[in-house]
Parts: sequence; C-alpha cells; structure tokens
Amino acid sequence: MLSIRNIVKQYAGHRALDDVSLEVESGQVFGLLGPNGAGKTSLIRIINQITAPDSGEVFFNGEQLNQSHIDRIGYLPEERGLYKKMEIGEQMIYLARLKGLSRDEAQKRLKFWFEKLGMETWWKKKIEELSKGMQQKAQFVATVLHEPDLIILDEPFSGFDPVNAEVIKDEILELNKKGATILFSTHRMESVEELCHSIALINKSHKILDGKVKAIRNSYRNDTYFVEYSGTPLSFDGAEPFQIVGDALVDDERNTIKIKLAEGKTSNDVLQYLIPKTHINMLQEVIPSMHEIFIEKVNANSLSHE
Amino acid sequence: MNKVLLIIQREYLTRVRKKSFIVMTLLVPALFALMYKVIAYVADDKNDVKVTHIVHVVDSAEVYKDKIKDSQYIKFDYSKRSLKDLKAEVKEQENDLVLYIPSYTPDKTQIFAKKKATLSLSDNIERQLNDIKSGTALVKAGIDTAKLHATKSNVTVSATEMTETGDQSTSIGATYALSFAGAILIYMSLFIYGAQVMRGVIEEKTSRIIEVIVSSVKPFQLMMGKIIGVGLVGLTQFVLWISLSALVSYLTGKNAAVASPVYTFIHNLGANAGYELGCFIFYWISGFLLYSALFAAVGSAVDSETETQQFMFPITLPLLFTYILSVSYLFQKPDSPLAVWLSIIPFTAPVAMMVRVPFVVPPWQLGVSMVLMVAGFIFTTWVASRIYRVGILMYGKKVNFKELGKWFFYKE
Repeated sequence: MLSIRNIVKQYAGHRALDDVSLEVESGQVFGLLGPNGAGKTSLIRIINQITAPDSGEVFFNGEQLNQSHIDRIGYLPEERGLYKKMEIGEQMIYLARLKGLSRDEAQKRLKFWFEKLGMETWWKKKIEELSKGMQQKAQFVATVLHEPDLIILDEPFSGFDPVNAEVIKDEILELNKKGATILFSTHRMESVEELCHSIALINKSHKILDGKVKAIRNSYRNDTYFVEYSGTPLSFDGAEPFQIVGDALVDDERNTIKIKLAEGKTSNDVLQYLIPKTHINMLQEVIPSMHEIFIEKVNANSLSHE
Repeated sequence: MNKVLLIIQREYLTRVRKKSFIVMTLLVPALFALMYKVIAYVADDKNDVKVTHIVHVVDSAEVYKDKIKDSQYIKFDYSKRSLKDLKAEVKEQENDLVLYIPSYTPDKTQIFAKKKATLSLSDNIERQLNDIKSGTALVKAGIDTAKLHATKSNVTVSATEMTETGDQSTSIGATYALSFAGAILIYMSLFIYGAQVMRGVIEEKTSRIIEVIVSSVKPFQLMMGKIIGVGLVGLTQFVLWISLSALVSYLTGKNAAVASPVYTFIHNLGANAGYELGCFIFYWISGFLLYSALFAAVGSAVDSETETQQFMFPITLPLLFTYILSVSYLFQKPDSPLAVWLSIIPFTAPVAMMVRVPFVVPPWQLGVSMVLMVAGFIFTTWVASRIYRVGILMYGKKVNFKELGKWFFYKE
C-alpha cells in the first residue's frame, strides 16, 4: 500500500528524518509511534505531499507518489481546525469537493454520516457555535467523507472525551474492516495494542523499531512470570530454578511473586519445584506491553546518542 | 471541477454574503453623498447671514450719502447722530453695527459692533464703499461709467487637445478630477482588498484549517484562488457602487449629491472613456495581483494581525509615497521625468499612471509600463508563493526579513 524508502528531510538547523524506511501493508492499522518532536508529523506531511523529502522515495500502491494520489488519502492533522464562520454542512461539502467529490455525492454521503453520528441538527450551524468535541467529530467526518484508501490520523484521540473517543475508535475499526488502510500517529500506547497490527517507532529522526505488534512483544519476552499461590509465604534458599524480581505481594491468602527463569530452565521446572511446597493458583508469563518496550527503546536510544 | 475554481468560489461567496460587505456597499455611497451634502451646506454662504443687520452710518463728510444700497439682510441707516451715542446704543443690540467714516480720512473706515462683524458682512460693506469711491473718481476724471462697464470682459479658457481623431474639447477641471479620482480609487482598492487577502490567510493559519486544505491542494493554488476570489469581490463592489451612484443621481436628479470618487471618475470620463476605463481596469487588476501576493506572503509569515506591522510598512511605502506625490505634484506635472519613472516602475505604476492617463501619455510609455506591470505581478506572485508555502505551516516563530529570505530559498 505504502512504501517509504530512505526518506531524509532536513530543516534549517536540524534533520527531521534521517534515512527512514517503512512498509505499510494494505488493510492494516499501522501505528506510527514516537515521542514529541521525533519526526512523526514531518513524515506524515511528506506522505500527504504537503512537503517533499530531500531524498528518498514514497510509493503508493506501487506507483511513485504524485498529485493523483491526493484524493485517495484522508488526513486528520494533529492541530485541527475548520473555517469558524462557515456553516458546517457547507464546509464539509467544500472540503469533500476539494478531494474530488461531486456536490451531490458529497451531500448524500454527508447526510449518511451526520445521521450515523447523531449530528443531523448541526447542518446549518457555524463551527464557532459548536463545542470542541463536536468540532473534532465534524473534522473526522470531513477526513473520511471521500472514502479514501489510506486514512492518516495524527493523534486522533487527543481532544475527545472518553465517550466520543470510543465512538471514533469504533468508526476507525469499521472503516478498516471495509478495506481502508489506517496510519495513525500517537504517543499513547494503550490504543496501540488495541488497534494496531503493525507499528514503527521513531525517535530522534531515526526509525528504531518496526514490525507486527505481536511479534515485537514476543521478541521482548524475557522469561518473566507471575506466580500466585495460597498459604504461608515461601522462603527461598538459592536452589530454586528462578530468581525473584521485584517485591513479593503478600495478601492473607494469596501471595504473588514475579520471577525470572534461570538460564536453561522452563516454566515446567518452576512448577515441579513449587508444587511440593505450596498450592499454585496461577502461573502466567509476563509479555512486555508496548508501553514498556517504547520506554525501554527510547531511553536506550537516547542514551546511546549522548 | 477545477480545485482553484472551487477555492475562488468559496472565497467569493463567503465574502459577498457577509453582512459587512452589504453594509459597506450601501454605506460608502451614502456616506459620500452625506459628506458632500454637508460640504455644500457649509460652503453655501446664504446659510451664514440669516438675521438682518442694521448698519448705522456715521458719515459727517457725507461722502457716501444716498449711495449705499441695502441688501436682503443688511439695512443701512444713514444717521445724523453722533458716533458716541450710536456706540452706546449698539452695545445693547445683538445684530446692529456702526460704520464710522472719518471726515478727514474717509478711506480708513471702522466698524463697531458687540460681536466681531462676520467676513461676509464686512466684505459686503467694503465692496460697496470701494465701488462708490471708484465710481465717483471716474466721474470726476470725466470717464463715462456706462462705456466703462461695456468694456468689461468675461473670458473663459477651454483647453482643446489635438488628437488624430480631431480636436477635442475637455475642461481642465474635469481632467484634473479624473486624474485625481483615478489615483485615489486605485490606492484605496489596493489597500482595502489587499488587506482582505492578508486577513484571509491569517484566518486560515490561526484556525489551523490550512493543513487540511494543503493536503488537498497545492499552496500556490490556494493562494491564487484566494487572491482571485477577493479580486472578484472588489470588482463586484465597484460595479455595485457605480450602479448605486448612478441610480441615486438618476432618482434625485442631482449629481453633486452622490459625488463619490467612483462617481467623479465615471462622471468625468471624457471622449476617451473607453481608453481611460480600460487603463483603469488594467492597472486595478495588475496592481491588485502585484500587491495582494505580497500581502498574502505577509499573512502567511505571522500568527496574528498585530504582527503584520513590520512587514506592512515597507510594502506599502512605495504606494503611499506615490499617492502623496500624486495629489500634490504629479497631476500638475504629468509629463515630468519623476512622473514618467513612477508610472513605469511596477510598484508605483498603478497610482502614478492613473494620474497621467487623463492627460496624454506617449504610447510607448504606456506599453512599457503595462509590460512591466505584468512582469511585476508574475514576479511578486512567484516570490510570495515561495514564502507562503513555508509560512503557512510555521507557528510560534518570530519572523523577520532575514527569515523570509531563508524561506524563499527552501526546497519543496
């Protein structure tokens, strides 16, 4: 769908993107992650042809990115805004027509969306009369009205209350099911595991990690497990096939410990060791969250640059 | 539908539908009409002297006896009373005066009154006294005053231009009026509509819609769409002003009542109306394109209207300079080297050339000026668009001319 190859973008004084390459497969929800100022927005602007890279190439469906692709992309920028004095219905139609829709078609689709999101009564309202959340909802509709193949959302959930954020999330997933590829940037990791198939992590203008979310998380497994058992707290003598990491949680009946397997041992070894000693309620592998991986990678990357 | 056309359509319709546009379109001719009414009222000296003044004349030498005539509001009373008595009496009277003509020096007359006599009143008296004295002197010298009156002439000058299509009579006054009105109209339009372009750009930037728009169209298309849209708004407003002025003057039958610059301009178009109007439209459009591109670049470089000052001044300086020169110097010497140069340099040509057009401009000068005008707006549009494409996405940066220069050289 989208293939970004060796993009370099230099601004006066600093390099926003340094040799960044990405592959976004068709039908995916792709997360572009990174701390503020990492270069996410610069990359998104290049894909939207708002700016051009100094070197490198972008391919859209196998073709070199050009003006004809503009109508196939829908873009919701991080800093959102609409014409304040313009009526919302008229404004949505204008934006859709700029993306190549006819007036009638835009009107028809807009009616559908307004009904779907409970916005029917807004048509004649001016943007300045709407609340911030309502404006965002309207802008989301403007982004997807021309049914783009690629929807680019820069920090889509910022500015939404939890209820509306949920509504928008469901709409994004539905659009994805209908075949649209979604590329969204965020620094909120909760939404990533829930939504994204693949991610790329950008820090200080470099891509430092990319791949499928599940694969990345699995590759970051480090033989750590939670063990919950009942009865008196255990004491260990050093002969066990694991090390204790972190503090043990002691509750009247249930005790929890976090363990890291010793070299060459498996979870079965742990069970065999523990079963004679106590009553096991649960043994669960700890798979690092994207949040943890993000922090770890960004910190390591920052350290190595200093 | 072409995207630039869509943008032009939006820019045009949102502005024309605004209440302020309708109010301005109706109000400006009305305000001018009102202004001229007030001026006409003030200038009319019949409004000045409404009360009857009685002038007591003390003329012991009887130089002017039976010769001073009453007018509508000034009655003369040829009194035998003493100056002292009359002065005491007049002191109590609001509108009465004493005219004292000393017996030995009848040329040095004096007026006594409670309030200082108005100019029209003392003028009237002075004129009468002078006429009487010179009349008496002529008679004394043996000159027949009736014959003398017959020799008085009333010469007027009417200037005639010799052109290839024959001699044409035009009044000098009308030519000046046309020259003056043309310069004012161009000057005002460039400011009013140029500032509208700038405000439009700032609005898109501060509302942050700009990034959505430039993900659909190229910044250059957006800029041109806005400039052309606002330009059409300006032309619409002019057409409405002219039609309204014509309508009002038709209804009231009084031209003076609607004498706005627009009307003055249209009214004074001479036999060369087509040529003069053509020049006006050409310089209006090309001047607008040239300056509004610069205004757009300024709008893109700032975050709010208050920050525009530092850029506005240097940009509008040539215009202001030419305008001030136009109304003071250029239209008296439309063929001077300064006028020729100013009417050729694109930044000053729209105003300076409109001053010269009602007089005779050599075709080659007009040709050079027009070619440079077109080259000029293509150049400013090109420069402005390079600054604009960077500026619209730049926030929270203190910008100066050096910074603008850097933007100009940025790659895509």
